[in-house]
Amino acid sequence: MEKKTIAIYINDKPYRVEPEQTIMQAADKLGFHIPRLCYHPKLSIEGACRVCIVQVEGVKNYVASCAYPVSDGMKIHTNTQEIRRARRDIVELILDNHPEDCHTCERDGNCELQRLAYSMGIRKRHFEGEKKNYDKDLSSPAVVRDPDKCILCGRCVRICSEIQKVNALRQAYRGFKTVVMPAYNMPFTESVCTTCGQCINVCPTASFVEKNYTQELFEKLSDKSLIKVAQVAPSVRAAIGEAFGIPPGTAKEKETAAALKRMGFDYVFDTQFSADLTIMEEASEFLERLQGKGKLPMITSCSSAWMKCMEQFYPDLIDNISTCKSPMSMMGSLLKTYFPEKIKTAPGKIFSVAVMCCTAKKYEAQRPELKINGLNGVDIVVTTREAAWMIKSAGIDFLNIKGEEFDHPLGLSSGAGAIFGTTGGVMEAAIRTAYELYTGETLLDIEVNDLRGLKGIKEGKLVMDGKEVRVAVAHGLGNACDLLDIVRKEPDKYHFIEIMGCPGGCVGGGGQPYADANSIPLDEDCLRLRAKALYDLDRSRTIRRSHENPDIQRVYKEFLGRPLSEISHKILHTHYSKKEPKGIIPRGLVRAR
Amino acid sequence: MQTSLENDKIAELKKYISDISGKTDKPESYLIAVLHRAQNLFGYLNREVMDEIAVIMNIPASHIWGVATFYHYFKLKPQGRHSISICLGTACYVKGAGNILEAVKKELGIGLGETTEDGLFSLHEARCLGACGLAPVVMIDDKIYGELTTQKITEIISGYRKSNRKSKEG
Repeated sequence: MEKKTIAIYINDKPYRVEPEQTIMQAADKLGFHIPRLCYHPKLSIEGACRVCIVQVEGVKNYVASCAYPVSDGMKIHTNTQEIRRARRDIVELILDNHPEDCHTCERDGNCELQRLAYSMGIRKRHFEGEKKNYDKDLSSPAVVRDPDKCILCGRCVRICSEIQKVNALRQAYRGFKTVVMPAYNMPFTESVCTTCGQCINVCPTASFVEKNYTQELFEKLSDKSLIKVAQVAPSVRAAIGEAFGIPPGTAKEKETAAALKRMGFDYVFDTQFSADLTIMEEASEFLERLQGKGKLPMITSCSSAWMKCMEQFYPDLIDNISTCKSPMSMMGSLLKTYFPEKIKTAPGKIFSVAVMCCTAKKYEAQRPELKINGLNGVDIVVTTREAAWMIKSAGIDFLNIKGEEFDHPLGLSSGAGAIFGTTGGVMEAAIRTAYELYTGETLLDIEVNDLRGLKGIKEGKLVMDGKEVRVAVAHGLGNACDLLDIVRKEPDKYHFIEIMGCPGGCVGGGGQPYADANSIPLDEDCLRLRAKALYDLDRSRTIRRSHENPDIQRVYKEFLGRPLSEISHKILHTHYSKKEPKGIIPRGLVRAR
Repeated sequence: MQTSLENDKIAELKKYISDISGKTDKPESYLIAVLHRAQNLFGYLNREVMDEIAVIMNIPASHIWGVATFYHYFKLKPQGRHSISICLGTACYVKGAGNILEAVKKELGIGLGETTEDGLFSLHEARCLGACGLAPVVMIDDKIYGELTTQKITEIISGYRKSNRKSKEG
């Protein structure tokens, strides 16, 4: 059946469009990009910034095109001199109390407000207003909040409440004094913030940025007394190219390894190796639980933001969480035990750096229970963004660099390790190994399509020796909470659950490159392309199952013994504890009382 | 530490919320009413009370904090036993409310929005109390005092101090 359409006019040209959409949506499809700021397609309509105003004949005031629906016969003007001037004034007024310190700002060159001001043609300033003067919140090891740069678009508030359902942020006070803050203006560390960093991804300015460790890292890299070791998360290679203008979906695996070596690292290892190790431990743990030793469903524990979320909001499920440390921390553990033994040096000489797609990993790295013989497994975490900046700043020609392999003995990985970086990947990797460990037979059809893609909650089934195993996957903390609410009601519904804290999994992490001028933060097409880059890497590997990785077999032979051995338990597993800062109850989550 | 009296107040607040919950399928839309009630019971909105409301009503504490800070009516600090509101509306201002304010500030040793150390008075400004004919006016608790001079208002404040001492002794 042909869809019903209505007639509208944009800038005096007639078009037929579907009803029941906003002016902005209709205009987007017709190739008119109305300027915008607070709007984000994945979030509710805020209508706060007024940048997207247009003129509609017969309507007295300018209307916000993000919120105003089209109607039959509507005559819309998006680019008259009058509306251009009004829009420019609005952006100027937003700039009015902005610090205007672009050349020393973290987001210089990557700032939506800066781009907008440029495209509005603001070349001289007509107004000069009072500036804000608040302290930065530097309390968190991962996320820095700077209210002075905030333009109150509310995107951070909306992603935190609508997509992540953490509800750490809200606008408080009113008028000029409005500030986005956690409840009671608590420092981030004392709030419910899970450090997922999605506020950073959607912030149009530098009001939210990661805690930056690049200078400290440059210092360490020039320290000749240390052995500098890097590890690189799977999804870093899937996205880092974007920071250099390479289109999304182009994996830069060997180039990243080469660039980090040029930057001064003595060894560059692969977090995908420790992802394989995680699978060995996690699949074994799952099979133990399946045979009655421990609680089901077992829930994965790779995502640090998810760990904090769970400890705060779902402490009743702590026994369901896999005791496996994350791949980053497993690598950290090996770097302070197995590796120094191997190269005959003291563990304290090893300076361990993790290049992560994630801001929450900065928080994870300093969790006290993850220490190894009193040392941090990971000393510094830098995000993909920070790493890309360092590569540029160190004068390394990333675009023309010749790729290099990761170093031995902790650099070889299977395809299963690569797909850890996307939602569903850990489960898929675990299935490949668990099936073989359980049945003694090799799983031939290893691509689990039910668990791929960006659906919020995905389900799958697997039959092992006649036993049905039901699995589920959620990405983004909001979807995770929805899934766990199901688990609370129906504890027997699933056997195994994978949860990643960020939309799309690690490829959508809070530390990934900012969206460029022609896209939006967390664009789904971009997330799909990054995921595809990892699936392609998987397919390009000869070894696609974690247990077939010869270096994994070697680390067990030389050091760990077998999965879940005493030493594995000591250095590769951890524990969790209920965390309950008062007043943390977010919408839709009922605390177990 | 909460005294038994506080627990009584919490119980009353809980009853108020559960009564509301029975009336509507969107109890969270009554947040402002609940905060009013809480302020009446406790004198101001402290963090513990807002936490309690967050848990009972299943509303994020950050959201409650946003509402509580948005409205001037909600007090986030303990208030004095008596609330003094100086009208600074046009009529009162023309009739010398500025001087009245200065005199009260001096008498109490506090500024606007503050509370005296003995916990007796809190000082606020008001925008027109609807008694312009009596300008300049001051409202203390629910009582209006009109046609004030700096001397009169000082005497009135002394009166409150005296009766407070008496009620303590008695």
